[in-house]
Amino acid sequence: MIKTIKLVFSIFSICIFSIFSISSLNAREGNQISIVGSSTVFPFATIVAERFAKNTNFKAPVIESTGSGGGLKLFCAGIGLEHPDVTNASRAIKSSEKETCEKNGITPVEYLIGYDGITFSNSNAVKQLSLTKEDIFNAVSAKVYKNGDMIDNPYNKWSDINSSLPAVEIDVLAPPPSSGTRDAFVELVMHSVCKKKYEMDKKTYKANCSALREDGAVTEVGENDNLIIEKLADNSSRFGIFGYSFLDQNRDRVQGSIVDGVGPSMDTIADGSYKVSRPLFFYVKKEHIGVVPGIQEYADYFMSLAVEGSPLEAAGLIPN
Amino acid sequence: MIDKNIDQLKRLKLRKNAEMRLKVYGILSISLALIMLATLMISIGLSGYSALQQAYVKLEINVDSKKVLDEKGGFSNQKALLVNWDGIVSNSFITNFPEITKRSEKRSLRALMSSNAGYELRQYFQKNPDDLDENITIWLSASDDFDQYMKGRFNTSVDEKDRRLSNQQLKWIDFLAMEKISKLKFNTSFFVNADSREPESAGILGAVVGSTLTLTITILFALPLAVMASVYLEYFAKPGRLTDFIEVNINNLAAIPSIVFGLLGLSVFLGFFGLPRSAPLVGGLCLGLMTIPTIIIASRASIRAVPPSIKDAALALGASRMQAALHHVLPLAAPGILTGTIIGMAQALGETAPLLMIGMVAFIIETPDSFTSAATAMPVQIFMWSDSAERAFYERSSLAILFLVGFLIIMNSLAVFLRRKFEKKW
Repeated sequence: MIKTIKLVFSIFSICIFSIFSISSLNAREGNQISIVGSSTVFPFATIVAERFAKNTNFKAPVIESTGSGGGLKLFCAGIGLEHPDVTNASRAIKSSEKETCEKNGITPVEYLIGYDGITFSNSNAVKQLSLTKEDIFNAVSAKVYKNGDMIDNPYNKWSDINSSLPAVEIDVLAPPPSSGTRDAFVELVMHSVCKKKYEMDKKTYKANCSALREDGAVTEVGENDNLIIEKLADNSSRFGIFGYSFLDQNRDRVQGSIVDGVGPSMDTIADGSYKVSRPLFFYVKKEHIGVVPGIQEYADYFMSLAVEGSPLEAAGLIPN
Repeated sequence: MIDKNIDQLKRLKLRKNAEMRLKVYGILSISLALIMLATLMISIGLSGYSALQQAYVKLEINVDSKKVLDEKGGFSNQKALLVNWDGIVSNSFITNFPEITKRSEKRSLRALMSSNAGYELRQYFQKNPDDLDENITIWLSASDDFDQYMKGRFNTSVDEKDRRLSNQQLKWIDFLAMEKISKLKFNTSFFVNADSREPESAGILGAVVGSTLTLTITILFALPLAVMASVYLEYFAKPGRLTDFIEVNINNLAAIPSIVFGLLGLSVFLGFFGLPRSAPLVGGLCLGLMTIPTIIIASRASIRAVPPSIKDAALALGASRMQAALHHVLPLAAPGILTGTIIGMAQALGETAPLLMIGMVAFIIETPDSFTSAATAMPVQIFMWSDSAERAFYERSSLAILFLVGFLIIMNSLAVFLRRKFEKKW
């Protein structure tokens, strides 16, 4: 027993020693490409990474799903192997993020891979709804526009908003604020209604039209889109907000509502007639090309797959 | 006199009834807990057991050795990359349906094979280069939709346009199944592969290895530190304000949300020491920090449970404090320390939050082979699969949950067993 104890202690000291000696080595082993970023692009990037690894001699990239904002933050933090090489984003890089990047000597190279639609979906056990952006805004926004004023949202049923809609309680599942889907939804639906319909200036609509209601009609659910689908299938009067790729995989259970006269489909998102859609990107750190092997090849491979008829399209990406 | 007796009997009866009721409440609450546990496990089991099988398709294939062998006759990876393995697979697959000639039909037929089937074929020949130039029969994975339909998990009652398989495709699958060209076979890829985007080739091995590597670091880091700390606190520290303060803080540390240890790991191990991201080494250290207080508390309790007479006797016979601790008390306290350690390890095995911050929640295709290569852990794998859009991942995540629960049961029963076996009664 005493010998065992002594053995354990010596192993322990060896361990501590090796930790410190490793820390003087390179921060990344095996020359793997490190990718972070958007959870919307994640499923597409993983498909690309897997095929890339199996069809070339490069090692498989490691991909983390950190959200667009988190990814760009890690990406712009610096040059060196402890920082990621590529970040995925479901929106374009902001000017503030670009500044951080430039300050740290990083040149982000932008690649547009395609588009993703945001759907307002419900169970396909009931009739498909035809909504306008304004209807959706009135259902989910914390404040609504009435007689020239922004008031707290008074609507409880869909029929209160528009008499042609069914008389069921408003019950919407929305993604959390950390999600790119939420950002895009706020921008493409809520801000767009305030800007175009109510003719507000940028400052006013940012202040008044960004919050979702908190009186129980809108529930925030985690980033797990499968959970939303499960919950929609359970309750046919419930609606959920999520990306088109999830609708595409679950068409036997949920349907996307028609928004401003157009339903979400590959074609309508690609030709731009379905208005609630956003571009998807990834950014490559130019300074790392040639340092970590395979980055340029990965980027080219991604672009070669972001076309019609590719496995990415089958997974719900709408190619450029 | 008699009246009083009756009164006493009545009260006795009341007391016995109260005791009876308490017992019934106890039994009820235990059975409620058991029923809930059973419901949970049965529902996970029912949705997970089918992942033990996977649809495979039998193909007859002949590959020309000139395409893949180098001059010396060895398998050349470089050459193999240039071969259109997917094409070989789909050509062989399509020969089952000689009547099909239209391009669009061929395309929907090809979609029934896994997109990894070509890769599986390449791997097969890499392992068995002798089979080149021969007509071989090989079972390759079918697509996940094919698999789900074979298992009866595909909803055929909805409109054709809303389904991922068309009526024509379903007919083809029925034909293949009838002709015994496709079969449900044991899902080996689940046990020998790491993660994949295609459910049919996704496996748990990468996560199991990742968890093992992580826990190895955890135990090597946490156990000696915690034991040393508790020996010091019990034997050398003078009782006083400082010791009390340390004790309060250790108890506090045990109650801190685990994500905080992830943040700590991010800033200290990654930021300051510059250790690699996504590595089991860092994950193990973070989980180790999280486990240390648990082990300290358990070790101190079991050191204290050793009768002081043993220590006193050792000291009286001239042993130093260190000798008394290492030679006499620690061996007697070992079963308790071990139990605490195993429970702490089980806790660490099920933890995901600290791993999120240090990049172990990631998509990793290769099984990790060292403490510094990118890895993920079992609960992370479950989380990532349950978040995937493909329906076939649902059953796989259930099976992975059963796996994880199995590991936990083994670890916890080991703790109980060790305690029973080595525990000394005084």
